[in-house]
Amino acid sequence: MIKKETLHLTRDSRTMTVVLVMPIVLLLLFGFAISTEVNNINIVAVVNKHDDTSRNLIEKLRINSYFTFKGIVAFEEVEPMLRRGEADAAVILKSENGNTAYQIISDASNTSMAQTATGYVESVLTDGTKPPVLMRTLYNPQLKSAYNFVPGIMGMIFILICAMMTSVSIVSEKETGTMNLLLVSPAKPRTIILGKLVPYFILSCIILTLTLIIAYAVLGLPVSLNILNVIWVSLIYIILALALGLLISTLANTQVTALLVSGVLFMLPVVMLSGMIFPIEDMPVVLQWFSCIIPARWYVSAMRTLMVQQLPASFVMTQVAVLSAMTVAVLIFAIKKFNTKH
Amino acid sequence: MKLRILKILLKKEILLMKRNPFIPRVIVALPLMAMLVLPLVANLDVKNVSVAVVDNDRSELSRRIVADMDASEYLSVQSCDFIYDEALKSIENGDADAILIIPADYSDRLTKGENPQMSLDANGVNASKGMLGSRYAAQSATSTVSQWLSETGVNRPAPQVNVLNLYNPTLNFRNYMIPALMVVLIIIICGFLPTLNLVNEKETGTIEAMNVTPVGRLTFVLSKLIPYWIVGLLVVSVGMLIGWLVYGLVPAGNIGSIYLAAILFSLVMSGLGVTIANKSATILQSIFVMFAFIMIFQLMGGLFTPIASMPQWAQDITYAVPPRFFIEIMRAVYLKGASIADLSTQYLALTGFAILFCGLSAFTYKKRS
Amino acid sequence: MNEKFAISVRNLVKRFGNFTAVDNLSFDVARGEIFGFLGANGAGKTTAMRMLCGLSYPTSGSGTVAGFDIMSQAEYIKRHIGYTSQKFSLYEELTVSENLTLFSTIYGMSDIEIKKKSEEIFMTLEMADMRNTLVKDIPTGWKQKLAFSAATMHSPDIVFLDEPTGGVDPVTRRRFWELIYEASSRGMTIFVTTHYLDEAEYCNRISIMVDGRIKALDSPENLKKEYNCATMDEVFRIVAKDAKRGD
Repeated sequence: MIKKETLHLTRDSRTMTVVLVMPIVLLLLFGFAISTEVNNINIVAVVNKHDDTSRNLIEKLRINSYFTFKGIVAFEEVEPMLRRGEADAAVILKSENGNTAYQIISDASNTSMAQTATGYVESVLTDGTKPPVLMRTLYNPQLKSAYNFVPGIMGMIFILICAMMTSVSIVSEKETGTMNLLLVSPAKPRTIILGKLVPYFILSCIILTLTLIIAYAVLGLPVSLNILNVIWVSLIYIILALALGLLISTLANTQVTALLVSGVLFMLPVVMLSGMIFPIEDMPVVLQWFSCIIPARWYVSAMRTLMVQQLPASFVMTQVAVLSAMTVAVLIFAIKKFNTKH
Repeated sequence: MKLRILKILLKKEILLMKRNPFIPRVIVALPLMAMLVLPLVANLDVKNVSVAVVDNDRSELSRRIVADMDASEYLSVQSCDFIYDEALKSIENGDADAILIIPADYSDRLTKGENPQMSLDANGVNASKGMLGSRYAAQSATSTVSQWLSETGVNRPAPQVNVLNLYNPTLNFRNYMIPALMVVLIIIICGFLPTLNLVNEKETGTIEAMNVTPVGRLTFVLSKLIPYWIVGLLVVSVGMLIGWLVYGLVPAGNIGSIYLAAILFSLVMSGLGVTIANKSATILQSIFVMFAFIMIFQLMGGLFTPIASMPQWAQDITYAVPPRFFIEIMRAVYLKGASIADLSTQYLALTGFAILFCGLSAFTYKKRS
Repeated sequence: MNEKFAISVRNLVKRFGNFTAVDNLSFDVARGEIFGFLGANGAGKTTAMRMLCGLSYPTSGSGTVAGFDIMSQAEYIKRHIGYTSQKFSLYEELTVSENLTLFSTIYGMSDIEIKKKSEEIFMTLEMADMRNTLVKDIPTGWKQKLAFSAATMHSPDIVFLDEPTGGVDPVTRRRFWELIYEASSRGMTIFVTTHYLDEAEYCNRISIMVDGRIKALDSPENLKKEYNCATMDEVFRIVAKDAKRGD
């Protein structure tokens, strides 16, 4: 049984490529391409009188690595340049009787860019005095967003592969009628289910290994014995996702329904509400409650504690307990559903 | 290509779309859900930053710093300890986002004219919250200190800066997200629906019935693409309506230029969808390939994270990511009131992609195997 | 252009990797003939038919269908043929008349012609009250007849029918063959695959395919004489006894 399914799975080489390459590409993109840090701010200056102050300031903007200085322009040019996106912010210097007044005009359509740009320009203007507060970062010294996203990506990929792939593949057998062929065969329903699930379980384990290798070797997450904790918690989550896939397959009758159900019920909430991209505590309270029933929320938070903060397993007991309870509940429900149907 | 044939094929597509139990609902429900829930969720404005303070100074000033911080809109003081390890524990438990350490004799040294430093340790696990949150905390502490300094007469000259936030004066993050959300909706709807539609025709065998007729390749493919103009326009209209009714956001620019971009972009997405479907044998395969494209489009298009923050090589790649241009157009038209002339590069790029993907979808559609 | 033959192929081969689905097929079908293509499942009937209809490229060989070259003029062939596939392939979510209009418009029929022809079909099939019913809601027997009518509506030179009577009750099958005879009497060439051996008797000539090759080709009477059998069933059993493929 397992052999047949594995064969079936590996023969579709394109899906396999996507499934194996996607987590790697995502991790690398998050690791090296995507950051929430704002730099490369395109800035222009408007100067009404060229003097030492203005020359000084422009020099500072020019050498500052956060800015790309786009030149000195006329005041009328500022708005069109911001509108066309050629500049992100402008510094306006007005010299009168030896006093200089500063104005910063920023393109606030991108809020975080505007805020950061203003902050940077202000610090360039006040440069010279030591800042009264020294800022440091714990756990994640370069503020690498990648660390933050690794658990989220894992949470998403496992749901995608386990829940979506299993449910669609089981339902497709229902559609073509081969499922009935299997069910009338002497094999027990339990064996049939197991035969369906094991290959996906193995596939998930391969992906888990790949993700961990990349996270630790390429993205440089600190290596420690905690990896073992990461692995066993992930295994619980994978089993939960497989159980969900089985459940969907008993509910859906066509591949398209299975896809929509797993897509709408799992993928969207996982991306939006698991805390993967958007912090849960900033959501409205109702959505915060709602996020509690999303398995990925618990998994992502456990992974963050274990992988990024490097804390021992005792810190994730709540999450593990919730995940285990969910797994048992879904599994019982799915098997019951499967048995009554066939 | 005969117009009469195209017309009857389009009629067939639209009838099938209308009679499908899911599609009309998806076209209305998905925008509704996304536009109502997402702006609440996708709130990258950092709020509720909790700070644990380690106060080794225990002076009037240090108490004032804590009180001001707690009173601030974005910050709340979670605990006030005298031992660093206690504060660190609250970070490890996830109760605090940052630790502010006020060194011993801070206010004394400050009055003596020295320049002592407080330090702020941010929890870097959530990068954006760590960075923005610690900046807020630092700002709050700094302003308390400078206020205190000016009150006690130890004033330091600082340049007066006047800040003007154009286009979005309240710095509302939602205004930045909502136009881009409509892009996400078109990516998902106009990407998945044509793919599913065509693969479904393959699996049910109706495509065979078409292939054995003398219908032209281009005609057939066009009949698959054109309905998604309409879908794209519908989705954008629902999105704009919600943006106006719920969030009070109306485009500053011309609605026509939004619709034009939406048509071009839905052509890009449906062209891609049909191409993928042409090359796929099963629903699962086509969905996974489409899914990979959609993930990369969303991440590299500058939707959640600014393109300008990417390293140069990644920025170069984004020129090959069509939604990048559509997102730029949507944001510029919506918030800045930019015209088609202002955005000619983006419109040209979208047109190019539309032609490319539609051509590709006609080219990869084979009537014979 | 071959005036005498509707279909004429020489040495037609189709390979999928190492697997030779159709092996060196050569035969002619005269105009107006009802030509039966018999064989077990997997013998290569459908593959051969798909090559003739321009749905699949032959690996090698040559031939003409309706006077056009099967290699280079597939799109011309398509204007002169009708086809029903093994899978039922009308749009289930369209009504009966919407399906008929769709296909006949693609073949370039005018609106008046379409209207007239549709009425005729509703008459002969006795399904006038079903014209606005979704195809998925009409009974299976009607569906097959409807698919046949849709494929012949534009009066093609040749109609290809791929197991048109699969899973249909004997009465409907009988009725279906009446439709085929009626189309034949209007001058259409009929090319039909089947694995019902009794249906073979209805054909002018039949060919029996075994493992991708034609093992026997003649009229049912001649075949029975040649193999000294009373029924086509026995003929088939003798011809196909060495078959390796199929179930």
